[in-house]
Amino acid sequence: MAATDGADGAVIGTGGLAALVRLLRERGRTVVGPTVRDGAVVLAELESADELPYGWGVELEAGRYRLRRRADGAAFAHSAGPQSWKTFLYPQRVRRWSADRGPDGALAVAAEPEPAVSYAFLGVRPCDLRAIAVQDRVLTGGRYADPDYRGRRAGAFLVAVECTEPGATCFCASMGSGPGAGPGYDLALTEVVDADGHRFLARPGTDEGAEILAALPRLPADGGATAQAARTAVAGAADRMGRSMPPVDLRALLRGTLEADRWDDVAARCLTCGNCTMVCPTCFCTAPEDVTDLTGDHAERWRVWDSCFDLEFSHLAGGPVRSSGRSRYRQWLTHKLGTWHDQFGSSGCVGCGRCIVWCPVGIDITEEVHALHAEARGGCGAGGCGCGAAEDGAAEVGAGGVGAGGPGAAPGTGP
Amino acid sequence: MTAPAAAVRGSAAVPLPYRVVRRDEETADTVTLALEPAGEGLEPFRPGQFAMVYAFGRGEVPVSVSGVERGGSGGRRGERLLHTVRAVGAVSAGLHGLRPGDGVGVRGPYGTGWEPAAAEGGDVLVVAGGLGLAPLRPLVRELLARPERYGRRSVLLGARTPADLLYREQVRAWSAAEGLLVGAAVDRPGPGWDGDVGTVVALLGRARFHPPDTAAFVCGPEVMMRATARELVHRGVPAHRIRVSLERTMHCGTGHCGHCQLGPVLLCRDGPVLGWDRAGPLLGVREL
Ligand SMILES: Cc1cc2nc3c(=O)[nH]c(=O)nc-3n(C[C@H](O)[C@H](O)[C@H](O)COP(=O)(O)OP(=O)(O)OC[C@H]3O[C@@H](n4cnc5c(N)ncnc54)[C@H](O)[C@@H]3O)c2cc1C
Ligand code: SF4
Ligand code: SF4
Repeated sequence: MAATDGADGAVIGTGGLAALVRLLRERGRTVVGPTVRDGAVVLAELESADELPYGWGVELEAGRYRLRRRADGAAFAHSAGPQSWKTFLYPQRVRRWSADRGPDGALAVAAEPEPAVSYAFLGVRPCDLRAIAVQDRVLTGGRYADPDYRGRRAGAFLVAVECTEPGATCFCASMGSGPGAGPGYDLALTEVVDADGHRFLARPGTDEGAEILAALPRLPADGGATAQAARTAVAGAADRMGRSMPPVDLRALLRGTLEADRWDDVAARCLTCGNCTMVCPTCFCTAPEDVTDLTGDHAERWRVWDSCFDLEFSHLAGGPVRSSGRSRYRQWLTHKLGTWHDQFGSSGCVGCGRCIVWCPVGIDITEEVHALHAEARGGCGAGGCGCGAAEDGAAEVGAGGVGAGGPGAAPGTGP
Repeated sequence: MTAPAAAVRGSAAVPLPYRVVRRDEETADTVTLALEPAGEGLEPFRPGQFAMVYAFGRGEVPVSVSGVERGGSGGRRGERLLHTVRAVGAVSAGLHGLRPGDGVGVRGPYGTGWEPAAAEGGDVLVVAGGLGLAPLRPLVRELLARPERYGRRSVLLGARTPADLLYREQVRAWSAAEGLLVGAAVDRPGPGWDGDVGTVVALLGRARFHPPDTAAFVCGPEVMMRATARELVHRGVPAHRIRVSLERTMHCGTGHCGHCQLGPVLLCRDGPVLGWDRAGPLLGVREL
């Protein structure tokens, strides 16, 4: 921690934020952060903090995403957008190696060099900070490390921004991944906009974070008022989460659901389009692509994002293992919340809500889990489990068979 | 950054160049290729482990090591890998069509092996259906090389027709080995077949073993492994002492592509060889 900061951290203004972007760029980093483009808050390279989405918020519902103007001018009062940081750390398409065939038939294989990019991510939401940690474990935590991911990740400087304005589709609080920032950041910011002005509480998480923070212009000390306001705002956000998971051991719940009727219900609505897997910040499945040039003696191996919703995904010589939509949705959900623990020692869901927002038919992971829970209990009313599904209607949707499709048609599970 | 075992050459990201030095036709659609490292070779494979084998420009597929040989001229390590490949699709057909001198890429070793050490002191059953004998052949070699470590040893083979039986010369030699019972059954016998007709499961009645201390190693089509394991459990062989080798799509071998999931199991990492205590319940769920 920087010696000049109290336990509460330092306070910087919007000028300090602008200086942060400048400083990170001067240090040779590619700064990526949220900005408004094509009707959404996207993640893109920033040349200055002016490009941040000052004064923009979002309205989220199942199958629905809208930008909305905010009077307070806040820069980070929007929740997860269509992209996540995996777009940069684990790009949709990368070359892994090239092979050349000599005249005698012998092969020479050249590995793609580890990327030398040096990112700074500005505005990493706590759910996404956790998602990066989840992908770290998947892609570098086992016996083999993915070299491309490792190269991109090793150099990345993470500026987390805590959540004070959760969306209607957010449920990080029930996944334990927000709205306060967990470990892993270099610098954490909490945005406060009130009668006393627009400012950020800043706390370093690493030596480099402390060093950078020390170089930023500060606002005058305010006796801890900003720190207090930041704490109150983050605590309030936890209470205003739009959605939640049943407060049970989800891993155990999912393990017991493999033959549930609910899978048929959701399969009748699911288009198996795979949108949920593309937007999910932890989904990591890929497929290879082999290409040759016109000479036929130069070949390249690429890796592209793949989806467990694709029929080809489980292809074997005798046909796909998971041919029904039921089995593919089940694979996705039971992996995310259940078997991910077995494979990688954590949940694969961080509660960002992207899969709910970007599902074209508004399928809601929390609603599905509430319904599975209700089915496992023989109905919430009977079980008296207190998970909230009975009150919010999720169990009734299940009982009614096929839910009404169409964006936004799925009932919310929150207030 | 700590880089776990990624530094092990060829095992993580990039195939090492090998060269085909021999091509033996086994059946109408199956060949055994002997591959020799063009430069440095891979780490040694344990029986049951697999490699990702790259057909230039076409792609990579998981293929078990069906044997190793001390190599000839090339390669510092000099160990040749034998792969028995059936042409079923684009990549395997590409490998099937290779000729001596052609280059391939190989990564590995990957996955769990048969781990015969756990079988020492008891009776051993090797049960193979069709191509399933390929990954089991190194294990049979081990049983032949160290008979003193094991009790009664049986190798039971099944195939569609006599012409689909792999390694026929070798199997004849195994039959002559002392203390090793070799049985073969085919679905459809041809002229001159004097062996059994039916499934390999029926051969279990002929093998002599004391179920509680028996270890079984089973590989073949999923239905065959299921039937064999059920019968063995029924006869009193403990489920965890029945080891099966499972097949799912695999694109990376390193636990990253996600394709080989079978419920909680990543088959390229936690398998392909699993105890039936784990595999049985998972295979019992449709479309898992
Ligand atoms: C552990 C293990 C050990 C094995 N050992 C052996 C062995 O010793 N010998 C042996 O012969 N076989 C073995 N196999 C099976 C072998 O790997 C498969 O037969 C082989 O992968 C088939 O590949 P293919 O390209 O020839 O066939 P295909 O069935 O055409 O395709 C194989 C792969 O390519 C992909 N693919 C195919 N078509 C498409 C498409 N249109 N679009 C996108 N992707 C596509 C599929 O996802 C599939 O995974 C083993 C398998 C495993 C898992
Ligand atoms: S499963 Fe849905 S809510 Fe969970 S991390 Fe993925 S996109 Fe976010
Ligand atoms: S749940 Fe929604 S986003 Fe996911 S595959 Fe089904 S229809 Fe597509």
